Amino acid sequence: MSLTDQLVQYLVTGVSIGVVYGVVGLGLTIIYNATGIINFAQGEFVMLGGMGAVALVNVGLPLPVAVAVAVAVVTGVGLAVERLAIRPLPATSIMTLIIATIGVSLVLKGGAKLLWGREAVILPPFSGTQPVRIGTAGIDPQRLWVMAVAVLSVIGVQSFFRYTLTGKAMQACAINRAAAQLVGININRMVSLSFALSAVVAALAGVVLTPVTMMRYSQGTTFTLTGFLAAVVGGLGNSLGAVVGGIMLGLLESLAGGFIDPLTGGMVSSGYNKAIALAVALLILWLRPQGLLGRQKKEAL
Amino acid sequence: MKPTRRPPPQAEHGSIVFRALGWLLLAAVVVAPIASGNGYLLTIAIFIGIHAIIAIGLGLLMGYAGQVSLGHAAFYGLGAYTTAILTTKAGIPPLGAMAAGIVLTAVVAVLLGAPTLRLHGHYLAMFTLGLGIIVQIIFNQARGLTGGFGGLMGIPPLGVGYWQLDTKPEFYIAVIAVLTVTILLANNLVHSRIGRALRALHESELAAALSGVDVARYKLLVFVISAMLASVAGSLYAHLLRFVSPDPFGFAFSVELLIMVVAGGARSVWGPVAGAALLTILGEVIAKTGEQIPWVADLDVILFGAVLTAVVIFLPQGLISLTSRLRRRSPTAPSTV
Repeated sequence: MSLTDQLVQYLVTGVSIGVVYGVVGLGLTIIYNATGIINFAQGEFVMLGGMGAVALVNVGLPLPVAVAVAVAVVTGVGLAVERLAIRPLPATSIMTLIIATIGVSLVLKGGAKLLWGREAVILPPFSGTQPVRIGTAGIDPQRLWVMAVAVLSVIGVQSFFRYTLTGKAMQACAINRAAAQLVGININRMVSLSFALSAVVAALAGVVLTPVTMMRYSQGTTFTLTGFLAAVVGGLGNSLGAVVGGIMLGLLESLAGGFIDPLTGGMVSSGYNKAIALAVALLILWLRPQGLLGRQKKEAL
Repeated sequence: MKPTRRPPPQAEHGSIVFRALGWLLLAAVVVAPIASGNGYLLTIAIFIGIHAIIAIGLGLLMGYAGQVSLGHAAFYGLGAYTTAILTTKAGIPPLGAMAAGIVLTAVVAVLLGAPTLRLHGHYLAMFTLGLGIIVQIIFNQARGLTGGFGGLMGIPPLGVGYWQLDTKPEFYIAVIAVLTVTILLANNLVHSRIGRALRALHESELAAALSGVDVARYKLLVFVISAMLASVAGSLYAHLLRFVSPDPFGFAFSVELLIMVVAGGARSVWGPVAGAALLTILGEVIAKTGEQIPWVADLDVILFGAVLTAVVIFLPQGLISLTSRLRRRSPTAPSTV
């Protein structure tokens, strides 16, 4: 394989994993904008989507039905999480919210472990395994599915916020809760809706990704962390920023995995690729806490 | 909604009796593992002590600085691996290696905390989570130094010259000594000028800052102290097992530490100790039962999650708050509510 073919390969891999991080970041942004909560169980929605679809296919449902049911179930889980664990909280300090969503993520992770065991599971690819040719490089068609679904999710969420009344009401909540309530917006409903919507995009991402990378009960945490870093690197609250941040992280991870070993003459092994991507993201935030696309916000005082 | 703070209880009738009973009970619990002569019980007790040392530090961070760390297992691991590497590969004596671990961890904590603790909200939680994952990757990948997945063996026992703590009861006494020092230190910190500043900070950061408290500096101080305590615990762990591998220092353990603090109660020094005992025993019971009934072994994550969620919703001050309720309800103590 020539160097350019390799490069194309790594770029496609990077972008396809990056858009998933971006979609997780997008889901986090939706909830954060509506409630100020960083949902540490967001990655678990991705995991549940993937593992749920596999379980449904295994009981004999056709793939499209399994996908639809899995996404619907995860949406229900998202609603239940908000209703059962977030709304009853007696205090709403940031620390309490972090702890509560971590508790939820453990319950979901533990539930998946109990239901489906510790092994990684895989879903059949949506349209075969015949590689799609770009020049001389072959691309796994499932990766194109991942990208397509991610792009559709982003467009869908953006249009929802921009063109529907409910979407605008949700944005109003984000901008000023009290004022939104005064003009008659039902805050509780908007909060529920934000959990449902972010569960939908996360579950969809999990379902399309599973044929590529497989899925394990414990994988949610990495998605949450990378999704959060994508969101804050892009500028927390900015949903397009989250996607841009995600793609950047995915590319870093994939390119580091491909080239760090030969570039350093074997000094740094490719096993460090995730660590390198994370370190770069943390470094960016270290230098620029408001993120790449975010505006400098003045702290109180 | 903020919980209203009760003024510290004055010398009530019966509180002396209650206290004396409490200390007696505590002494019995501390002595029991040695007196039993049961090696297995002693090992669990040692682990409770080690976990309690970390949990007290994390409790200070959560209860007084209002910040969450999701990477304390990484600080624990940095201590353990520094001890393992320096004692086996450089021949440095245990106490020297332990000190080196403390310094290394403090440096990492300052680098991580200095920029993030000036920011509100989720940054420290996410930075520490990121650190935890990076450190875990390094433990697995830097094979020349850490032995990779297989870990490092041949760590000498803890000791200075003639004094070698190579039996379990000796090691247990050492852990209890370190734990006692940790508790005294934490109590002093809580009741010092710094502690008052931190409590003010917890009530209202703005008000604290306005009255001249350097909010970011105090938070950083507590964060660094808590990381150093985790490092000490890690060194003890390495000398106990004489072996380290990456597994015990991952995200799962960071979360377990968090549960210890939340379940016990972060606003008291004894809360995290109680939480450490509870979680360590619960984990051990699940693991032991799982050896006979395999599916029970898979219950750990969901059970820990349920404990965490339930405590946050129903008992936000942690289990330790039950003892003060008990004290208030006891017939000898007049109700002051």
